[in-house]
Amino acid sequence: MPFFAYTVAFLFLPAGAILVGAFEGKTSGWTLSNVRLLFHHPYIDAYKTSIEISLVTALVGGVAGLFIAYAALRDGTPGWVRSVFTTFSGVAANFGGIPLAFAFIATAGPLGIVTVFLRNHGFDPSAHGFNLFSKTGVELAYLYFQLPLMILVISPAIDGLRREWREAAANLGAKQWQFWWHVGLPVLMPSILGATILLFGNAFAAYATAYSLTSGTVNIVPILIGAYYSGNVLDNPHLAQAMAFGMFVVLAVMMVLYVPLQRRAARWAK
Amino acid sequence: MAYLELQELHRDFGTVKALNGIDIALGEGEFLSLLGPSGCGKTTALRLVAGFDRPDQGRIVVDGKDVTRVSPNRRDMGMVFQAYSLFPNMTARQNVEFGLKIRGRDKAERRKRVDDLLELVGLTHAADRYPHQLSGGMQQRVALARALAIEPRVLLLDEPLSALDAKVRVQLREEIRRIQLELGITTLYVTHDQEEALAISDHVAVMYGGVIEQMGTPAEMYTAPATPFVAEFIGTMNRLEAIVLDGVEGDVEHSGLRLRVDAARGRRNGERVLVLIRPESLELEAATNGAAPNSFTGEVLTQTFLGPVTRLKVSGSGTNLIADLSTARAAALPVGARVVAKIPSEGAKLISLPDDGPGLPVLDPDDQ
Repeated sequence: MPFFAYTVAFLFLPAGAILVGAFEGKTSGWTLSNVRLLFHHPYIDAYKTSIEISLVTALVGGVAGLFIAYAALRDGTPGWVRSVFTTFSGVAANFGGIPLAFAFIATAGPLGIVTVFLRNHGFDPSAHGFNLFSKTGVELAYLYFQLPLMILVISPAIDGLRREWREAAANLGAKQWQFWWHVGLPVLMPSILGATILLFGNAFAAYATAYSLTSGTVNIVPILIGAYYSGNVLDNPHLAQAMAFGMFVVLAVMMVLYVPLQRRAARWAK
Repeated sequence: MAYLELQELHRDFGTVKALNGIDIALGEGEFLSLLGPSGCGKTTALRLVAGFDRPDQGRIVVDGKDVTRVSPNRRDMGMVFQAYSLFPNMTARQNVEFGLKIRGRDKAERRKRVDDLLELVGLTHAADRYPHQLSGGMQQRVALARALAIEPRVLLLDEPLSALDAKVRVQLREEIRRIQLELGITTLYVTHDQEEALAISDHVAVMYGGVIEQMGTPAEMYTAPATPFVAEFIGTMNRLEAIVLDGVEGDVEHSGLRLRVDAARGRRNGERVLVLIRPESLELEAATNGAAPNSFTGEVLTQTFLGPVTRLKVSGSGTNLIADLSTARAAALPVGARVVAKIPSEGAKLISLPDDGPGLPVLDPDDQ
């Protein structure tokens, strides 16, 4: 009951308010104009950028996190490596917002220690098109928490891969890659898909890191919503609510794509 | 000529000697069980044969070829694991088919072979089920079929029945033996269950502390244990520490009692020995007046009903003995009854104990 009250107060009521507000006019009455506006510049571009950043960081973080987690957990890796990775991932996955942005500015910004170090050694990242305050910079910063989140989420699934499966496959003549192709990856696939969708959602809803890093110059949906809600520039909370509604829709589309894939990947577990 | 040979195999894990020079020679089509308690090295030996681990010293030879350094996927050995080894994302049919698919066999051949094997293990009806839809016994049948699908040179089984309940265990071990005989496949079987090993093997090797204590047929292992450990491990045994009094007549002394044991003939007077008597060899009857020769007098402490036989624990003269009687006869000797336990002079076995050491502690036979 308390949990139900909690979800009603902090999830369903705000979500309902957004849903209703998205279809209200600035002055009064119901309208579709807010939603219609989402298909025009700059809103549609914000969605494109947000989806692109989320996809890139979910895929790169997902793949890299999977490999790193496997390397840390596989048989033969010393036990302390596992502890170090788990602890670090727990901290890093929750490291975001202004502190993360500052950390990146201090290391990879124009005067960051890594940038200066590279420049002193003859390699200037900015001369090669790198700009921390761009979409690529945001993606880089997001990967800092996406990758450890993947490690945390996928580790139990990797732990669940039984040594007997690998040995049975080898015993039956399979090479390493054949084991992964026929057994390892199919068994992990439901977890990989679940983790990737989580990473996508995590990046799609992130606000503070991108805002602090780029001061709003990278046009992503959460920053745009913040700008409309704060009323500093434009005062139209219903348009902001329509954009939030659009985010629901994007996530719902992701879920619609995810559910059958997940069901197919996990058909053997039913 | 031996088909599978393990020659002087050594394997250390840090300071622990898991295998300390074991030698095994197994003929083609024979069934050998490696039997022993946890940590005796039996699974290590099996894993070395499978190629999942490498020996520090020694060789593994199959059909005259040294395979010690050959990787597991090139050894052509089928292995059945303890449990949960089926690929969970594949049906029973796909699991059995896996090895053939990896070997690039064509579809028609695969289908026929899988059908034959599923029929052999009695699982045709469950071919399209996933592992989690199968019982433990069915899963192990599929695992056996999967191991046999590749027509392995040697079949390896690592305690395949230990996770199953008692009834299924007995059924399945008989099936394993039937299939092994039918296919004539050389088989190495690891178990800690002596009843299982004795029931299905051509040969049994009892291991302890990384060495083979004794190897022989099940009957030899049961009737003529060569070491105190084997005597303790195989079946239940009464063990009486004694000293040879007369090596000509075969007389020994235990707890102040003089016993005649045929096996003591030819032993040196004063030699420390362990007299071994199976519970079913002891004759038990109600005590009457006067001491009978070659016997203990004592009191029935407990009775344990085991179905057709009842196990009685008898205590007297500082010795605990256990005897198996038919349940009907045991009814006449209730707990508390005074009984005479006759030691059969011809049925008892003898093992030498070191003169200068304490030898074995005399264990309570109930703990064996």
